[in-house]
Amino acid sequence: MVLCSYRKKSAAPGPFCVAEPVSMPTPEVAVVVDPQRDAASALPGITAAMRALGELVVTTTPDAALNLLAHLRDEHGYEQVMDICAVDWPERPVRFDLVYNLLCLTRNERLRVICPIADGAIANSVSALWPCATWWEREVWDLFGIGFHGLADHRRLLTDYGFEGHPLRKDFPLTGYVEVHYDDDRKAVVYDKVKLVQEFRNFDFLSPWEGMTTLPGDEKARVRK
Amino acid sequence: MTQPTTKTIEIDSHTINFGPQHPAAHGVLRLILEMEGEVVARADPHIGLLHRGTEKLIEYKSYMQAVPYFDRLDYVSPMACEHAFALATEKLLGITAPDRAQWIRVMFAELTRVLNHLLSVSSFALDCGALTPGLWGYEEREKLLEFHEAASGARFHSNYFRPGGVAKDLPAGLTDDIAAWTEQFPKFVDDVETLLTGNRIWKQRVVDIGVLSPADALAWGFSGPNLRASGIAWDLRRAQPYDKYAEVEFSIPTGKHGDCYDRYLVRLAEMRESVKIIKQCLDKMKPGPIKLQDHKITPPTRAAMKHSMEALIHHFKLYTEGYHVPAGATYTTVEAPKGEFGVYLIADGTNRPYRCKIRATGISHLQAIDLLSQGHMLADTVAIIGSLDIVFGEIDR
Repeated sequence: MVLCSYRKKSAAPGPFCVAEPVSMPTPEVAVVVDPQRDAASALPGITAAMRALGELVVTTTPDAALNLLAHLRDEHGYEQVMDICAVDWPERPVRFDLVYNLLCLTRNERLRVICPIADGAIANSVSALWPCATWWEREVWDLFGIGFHGLADHRRLLTDYGFEGHPLRKDFPLTGYVEVHYDDDRKAVVYDKVKLVQEFRNFDFLSPWEGMTTLPGDEKARVRK
Repeated sequence: MTQPTTKTIEIDSHTINFGPQHPAAHGVLRLILEMEGEVVARADPHIGLLHRGTEKLIEYKSYMQAVPYFDRLDYVSPMACEHAFALATEKLLGITAPDRAQWIRVMFAELTRVLNHLLSVSSFALDCGALTPGLWGYEEREKLLEFHEAASGARFHSNYFRPGGVAKDLPAGLTDDIAAWTEQFPKFVDDVETLLTGNRIWKQRVVDIGVLSPADALAWGFSGPNLRASGIAWDLRRAQPYDKYAEVEFSIPTGKHGDCYDRYLVRLAEMRESVKIIKQCLDKMKPGPIKLQDHKITPPTRAAMKHSMEALIHHFKLYTEGYHVPAGATYTTVEAPKGEFGVYLIADGTNRPYRCKIRATGISHLQAIDLLSQGHMLADTVAIIGSLDIVFGEIDR
């Protein structure tokens, strides 16, 4: 993979002109939660609650998630789970976020439940609460490789039969590893290692003026620190 | 010579493979049907044959480059998908589109709804053996696609709703053409109703087929016309209005039985409501800017680039680097013609989305096909698929 960046073209070569890895900003801007209005934010199992961009977001743990979601459905009227997905944060010690987007039709409210989960850990399936969760969870397994305990149907959902890897992880390359083509000699469709006619171009648009923290010539000052 | 012995083996179940190359599969649905005689015992849909990795691709594109991917999701109602992404990005940026842009968006969202329901109803009828509505529906769709083409330059992949407004203003005379169309279109819906609604053969095929109770509809994550056909008056345009939907009047048709016939009737009624909304949009639309005048986010006009250095720089920056979206996350939904279409967008402060989860409408509808088709005949499964209005572009992503 070749990185074509403004930075490497505009500044002198060397490690000092590459931006230091910046820790990923937390995705939510916290706003105070009104306990009167957001009754669901004070339930057991919730580790944090916030309103971000007007949306109520609560965080929970993998152990408490199933009970919490059952409670939200039965006692707080969140009848529908509209979406379940995962987010990969490779820099974090707890790598994934499982995100449940719930909808309460009677009160016209949405609630997002975020459950951080480590790589290799197994989540509890909510398919017994909402049957439609089966496919969402199969999709999360397929694309992120997070397993679900209690999921009756644990096949892959979107990728090819016999596919290997979990493509929405950040370390999975965009081009994938294999491609299919028709082989005229073998008279069959065959899998082959992916061949790129042109090197994959991943442009880096971070500004050299914002991204470069050590200017050329200042390296020694940095080493002394 | 020994007597030949006869052995009776009773096979009470067999499995048939329906699709992926079957015209009634509405695309590339592979359905494994376990049959007991002619009755479906279990339906197992295999999806993903049209999976293109849209979500992964969007992570590698700037926000502006991501918009065309949304046309290719639900290719029967492209502008509705763009609408969700445009609104999500606007929410993260903390901007709102100008009034005229919002009216144009509402109008085209409704034109798209008609476009979608025309194909849905007519191909549903075609699946059940009625050819004429299909032919008529396609003719009517062409008129709408001409409006799409006039506004955006493309019939299907319009790339018209952008974060901050719409791509360009409506050409002269288009609103008159749309107004003329709104006058003649209700007559077309009447004609389709004469063909189908009271038709004995049609009713034998769809009444009491694939009945879904309101409780099941909620548990299975239904939304849109399929949920309303089960008797739940839930419409995001009314419940969580976006753009100018709060300022238009329309009714929410609901069904009583939740069968295929009700799903058909709800779609017909929705087309009539959409025409009402389009008329109101035409009345209330005022001349004005059609996109945000902040050229850090929307491109400057071509004319301005000829004499303004700053406009040229803005244009260059927008089409190379794009704009940076502040860190945040939002789950933004629109009432797409098929139901709730949602975008869960996470921005990390760069010019590319960190994660863009697309909540497809059809995936929960298709998943319920096992429940809906159990105990029905094989041919009824086809009617159920038709009534659910399934498009694989969005289900497989």
